[in-house]
Amino acid sequence: MCTSNGNHNHSTMNGAILNLDLMDGNQQTAAANRTRFDVAGVRCLNLMSSPGTGKTTLLESTLGALDINLRTAVLEGDMTTELDADRLRAYGVPVVAITTGRACHLDADMIAAGLDRLDLAALDLVFIENVGNLICPAEYPLGEHANVVLVSLTEGEDKPLKYPVMFYEADCVVITKTDLSPYLKVNVEQLKANIHQICPDVPVFALSAETGDGLPDWLDWIQNQLTTPVASRRDEPVVVA
Amino acid sequence: MPHEVDMTKALILSLKEWWAEAQEARQVKAVILQVGDFTCVEPDLLTRSFAQQRLSVPFLQDAELVIHPIPFVAHCRACVQDYRPDLGLHYACPTCQAPLHDIRSGRELKIERVEWIDEREKANR
Repeated sequence: MCTSNGNHNHSTMNGAILNLDLMDGNQQTAAANRTRFDVAGVRCLNLMSSPGTGKTTLLESTLGALDINLRTAVLEGDMTTELDADRLRAYGVPVVAITTGRACHLDADMIAAGLDRLDLAALDLVFIENVGNLICPAEYPLGEHANVVLVSLTEGEDKPLKYPVMFYEADCVVITKTDLSPYLKVNVEQLKANIHQICPDVPVFALSAETGDGLPDWLDWIQNQLTTPVASRRDEPVVVA
Repeated sequence: MPHEVDMTKALILSLKEWWAEAQEARQVKAVILQVGDFTCVEPDLLTRSFAQQRLSVPFLQDAELVIHPIPFVAHCRACVQDYRPDLGLHYACPTCQAPLHDIRSGRELKIERVEWIDEREKANR
């Protein structure tokens, strides 16, 4: 039998072969979200990290520094409050708060509901701030064009080794809180080497959202995403034959 | 709430859709799920979540979730050979230290098959 999602299954003497992708439902909704972005000509970046790495602070610095002609919005994921969303609304951009309740990640359905509350035709760029978590969001594509993974200097060098799936699918890695470097015994070069051991070609930007040091390279990368977009690693076939 | 709870909901939804379309559909004894070692899934949490959520689905009430682990195997283009990365420690090719690039297996999250309850066996119990 050929099912509606294109998978073939058939009965055997004591059961049935299914071969169904467990994440197929999320994948289909993520693809529909991507289509909505593409039809509107909007680029979408999905920011993921541990809690406290500085996603909201980076977005504040970014929204304050981006070309004012760039029409930007934020889908702000948080488990319970709108505190982060309120911080970003101060920058005069549309911010849709998506509170996930007890769920530890955003999924494609939540993004679809968030998009219903945005006028995509009036936008060029949408940031998604995912729930702070280095595990679950890695398994949930949302329809984004690129995944941005943040890691702060305070987290040490070994986060990429401990959470490899998240870093394997990164299209860009931002090392945050570099202004704290004098107070930490962190080997930044080792951190970069660990990132590149898992994701060899990924661009890595080290910056301080507080001081603005290193911010221009990150802003340039965003601009390049709009003018010369490249396929996300999640769009590439992961498993080779 | 761990994401395994959401994944179990997705698993049961897929099984319900399959059941609705299946030409031969009986009580299920076991659901065999492939879970790759290079995923963010804790098999024990999936099993426990399934044990709770199956109770509301008549054809799954006696079903057991069987996890079929799939090893994480990478392929080094320079050495033209497969290798098993050391999860949590080392992902580059152990021979030439080329970084992780191609993955042969380990990203699977797939419902492989189901097994029926043998009605005669059940009747003889």
